[in-house]
Amino acid sequence: MKAMQILREFSRRDRVFDFLVKAVPPELDVSHNIILYLEGLNKSFDGFKAINNLNLYIETGELRCIIGPNGAGKSTMMDIITGKTRPDTGQAWFGQRLNLLEMDEPEIAEAGIGRKFQKPTVFENLTVSQNLELAMSQDKRVWPLLVARLSTEQRELIDEVLTIIGLNELASDPAGKLSHGQKQWLEIGMLLMQKPALLLVDEPVAGMTHQEMERTAELLTSLAGKHTVIVVEHDMDFVRSIARKVTVLHQGSVLAEGSMAEVQSDPRVIEVYLGE
Amino acid sequence: MLLMNILKNDRPGVWLLATLLVVSIVVPVLNLLVAESSIFHLSTYTVTLLGKYLTYALLALAADLVWGYLGILTLGHAAFFALGGYAMGMYLMRQIGERGVYGDPVLPDFMVFLNWQELPWFWFGFDQFWFAALMVMVVPGILAYVFGYLAFRSRVTGVYLSIITQAMTYALMLAFFRNEMGFGGNNGLTDFKDILGFDLRADSTRIALFLASAAALAIGYVLSRIIVSSRLGLASVAIRDAESRSRFCGYRVENIKLWVFVFSAIMAGVAGALYVPQVGIINPGEFSPLNSIELLIWVAIGGRGTLYGAVIGAMLVNYSKTYFTAALPEMWLYALGALFILVTLYLPKGIVGLRNMRREKT
Repeated sequence: MKAMQILREFSRRDRVFDFLVKAVPPELDVSHNIILYLEGLNKSFDGFKAINNLNLYIETGELRCIIGPNGAGKSTMMDIITGKTRPDTGQAWFGQRLNLLEMDEPEIAEAGIGRKFQKPTVFENLTVSQNLELAMSQDKRVWPLLVARLSTEQRELIDEVLTIIGLNELASDPAGKLSHGQKQWLEIGMLLMQKPALLLVDEPVAGMTHQEMERTAELLTSLAGKHTVIVVEHDMDFVRSIARKVTVLHQGSVLAEGSMAEVQSDPRVIEVYLGE
Repeated sequence: MLLMNILKNDRPGVWLLATLLVVSIVVPVLNLLVAESSIFHLSTYTVTLLGKYLTYALLALAADLVWGYLGILTLGHAAFFALGGYAMGMYLMRQIGERGVYGDPVLPDFMVFLNWQELPWFWFGFDQFWFAALMVMVVPGILAYVFGYLAFRSRVTGVYLSIITQAMTYALMLAFFRNEMGFGGNNGLTDFKDILGFDLRADSTRIALFLASAAALAIGYVLSRIIVSSRLGLASVAIRDAESRSRFCGYRVENIKLWVFVFSAIMAGVAGALYVPQVGIINPGEFSPLNSIELLIWVAIGGRGTLYGAVIGAMLVNYSKTYFTAALPEMWLYALGALFILVTLYLPKGIVGLRNMRREKT
């Protein structure tokens, strides 16, 4: 009798099995005005603590600079945010609802976090506009890619981004021919094609000339507001020229946070940067 | 119209297809209509040889698609070719029927010789051409799918991937050498009589096979061109040049690799199926890793990452192979080696690279 009941319960007409419910990925929710939460993160490599109880909050639309000496854990932090590395303990949330630790790299990119790498890696054998076309947010399954055509809307988006990064005239040149600075801008353009909510920019001005650096500063400040931008940079002049709020990392955790002037006058920061 | 659109930016492709068309008109005329005494007569031997080159070209095309555009240095592509060939060979074996040496209506000769009483289950259906034709594509496709699924998912790349592709073809070779496998062991499948009811030794059948090979090459070329000029092709090049970067762009690298790899394997299978009736034999030697490596040499000499370069390379190397092995048999390997070294040193983009080099100078 009991078995009968279980069976009846199991085969109720209005039953919807869990596996039949399509998983709807939660949307990015920034109603509390915080776009990125990193709480109590720890990560060690072979005993070396790259990240040590790191807590960091980024507000929506902010342009945040993160500085710190070598080995402070800047790159590891970026890796954790983009899903390349998993932390040993701690939490990482994108908005209120998206748990970054449960997503893999393409999912995180799709959700709206774009990352620019230290070394510019553009697709050298493709043209500048092809690079942007590939970076566009779109259906990236195999068959849709095979039959995809560039729509007017998409073409306009590409043109718009080309204007922002100032590579209009080089649109049909192979990306391999660009100068170092131009490659960096192209990378930023590729990030913009994904219309990301959060941009992670890793050492954007390394190896740039002064003019290029100024242009990059303009570019990044113009992006803030519409997007949230996190910049990791070594070059203090550059940080001073763009920063509104600076976070100093040291030995895997936050050492100081505040405006550039505040941070620079902090005795602990001076110690870390200048030694005893 | 559609074809024009695809070949819009592909002048060499237009040339290639035009040449194939001309050849498929001229060759039958010279063979069938011109009298045998005339110097313009083309012997059936030559026709078959050309047909064989065409199937090699299709195989090279398949290899170029995964090596040139996806950066997968496959050292086992001849395995798919051989599997396609075996599927066709099984059909041809079952067509022999009672005309075999032992006259068994169902069992091929080698099974009678091994004292087998009945046909193994995997030989069923191969008496039907449509089934065999399907298997020609399905079997290499499934192997490529399973292999690719495991390899690409676990992100095996570079030289490690090359080594396991080589191991795959070597393992298949050893397996097919065994009599118990039921594929004729060492001797393979041979002594074919007819295909679809047409005598395989007749000139007209040879011409038909030649034309089928030319058509398959043309279709394979157009399909490959569609793939590489689509956004999927752009993504493939992106994966070849910067795999982890394309992953950060949100591309499922393993899926893209997997499906292009499967398509390429199917193309190689079709090439093998057209090869077997023309040469009249398929044996485990076709799985030999050496074949797969030679295949890459064709592609490298022709020029990788261009598609038409692979076709040119396959034709050229195999023509010289035929010439040298007849004229100076002991010299062939040296000639092939020298050709490879010269091309790598002076023509890193292969023979078709000459065209671009000239253009850049002017």
